[in-house]
Amino acid sequence: MIPQEFEYSAPTSLEEALHLISDGSAKVLAGGLSLIPLMKLRLAAPGHVVDLGRVPGLSYIREEGGKLHIGAMTTHYQIESSALVHSRCPLLAETAAHIGDVQVRNAGTIGGSVAHADPAADYPAALLALDAQVRLVTASGERTLPIQDFLVDTLTTALEPGELVAEVIVDVDVDGATGFCYQKMAHAASGFAIVGAAVRVRRSNGRVSFSRVGITGLAPKAFRATGVESLLQTPDDVASAAGAVADGIEANSDLAASAEYRCQMARVYTARALRQALARIA
Amino acid sequence: MKRRITLKINGKVYSHEVEPRMLLIHYLREVVGFTGPHIGCETSICGACTVALDEKIVKSCTMLAVQADGREVLTIEGLASNGTLHPVQEAFWNEHALQCGFCTPGMIMASKQLLERNPRPTDEQIRHALEGNLCRCTGYQHIVNAVRTAASRMGA
Repeated sequence: MIPQEFEYSAPTSLEEALHLISDGSAKVLAGGLSLIPLMKLRLAAPGHVVDLGRVPGLSYIREEGGKLHIGAMTTHYQIESSALVHSRCPLLAETAAHIGDVQVRNAGTIGGSVAHADPAADYPAALLALDAQVRLVTASGERTLPIQDFLVDTLTTALEPGELVAEVIVDVDVDGATGFCYQKMAHAASGFAIVGAAVRVRRSNGRVSFSRVGITGLAPKAFRATGVESLLQTPDDVASAAGAVADGIEANSDLAASAEYRCQMARVYTARALRQALARIA
Repeated sequence: MKRRITLKINGKVYSHEVEPRMLLIHYLREVVGFTGPHIGCETSICGACTVALDEKIVKSCTMLAVQADGREVLTIEGLASNGTLHPVQEAFWNEHALQCGFCTPGMIMASKQLLERNPRPTDEQIRHALEGNLCRCTGYQHIVNAVRTAASRMGA
């Protein structure tokens, strides 16, 4: 399995990279864990590949203005092993640790993952639960989109020709008041999520005062299960709230799981994630 | 158009003109001659092609050789020094952690990475760390035993 021939560029600055992709004809290579398999299968055959591997300043994790900013080329391993992510955004660290395997996490990047928009990827569930934003840059400007607007459909994002994912920005959870959990039913071979549920919850006076539920794997794109969130009024509502996760959803169906089975597993895993998240509140 | 890449493999510098579409595993095996890393599934699942790139293990079937330009690669051939096996290699031998041996180079690279990051892993952590490496012979138990043995040997 060898990719079709292509022209290869390895820019050494962000300006050079943005110039190279400005006409929209080049494909951007980050860690390569999504693009290279597609090119080997010749499902993708870009004429020009622009490798971000030598562009400095795209790999970082820093806290700014109450948010965590994560550079597009930050690897899953950097995120799962970062003390800052563990203390400020533990849901993202837990999710990163569930992606693929060690080799995949060493090379795969958060920017590459969100730009690829695989409907079974792990990050989108967590990013939806974290009210994440994606900052996009071009040679002439930039814009920032909420993750739910950035993810358009299966393998389709709001990225315009010439645009590059620069960073992902997520909410910071302070002092353990927010319970969190990512639970997934992993495909036995690939590790991709057949279904995955990422949740954040807060309690106040015996009631659930805040909840975010992001679901991946179930539908053509990851989505926020607002129906579950609104049904979750108290910790006793977990089973009934999770039971609504697939309501109105056109579920994916494939060899690994039928639509009916996926819906049922989504209910089970959402309930498990909610229970664990509630139990984790300090 | 071919492109010149220069990289260090197992401590020695190599430089070749390669097509950008050449995968790192093909470069290592067919151009340079390091046939320790194997081509198994070719779909980044089985881990037989695992090598370390700048001390982080990757699946070399899912990386272009040009991505490794200027970087440092370690394959299974680079582990033993002066005829002395690396403790992980020795433990795989002593604990019978292989049968056909096809997955072994990748298993050993992944085990070595685990022990660098976590010198005292539990059995569960060992199994989690080897998730990206498939073995169709052993049933994994002897591999887990070998990693545990290597951990105690390296910690001693």
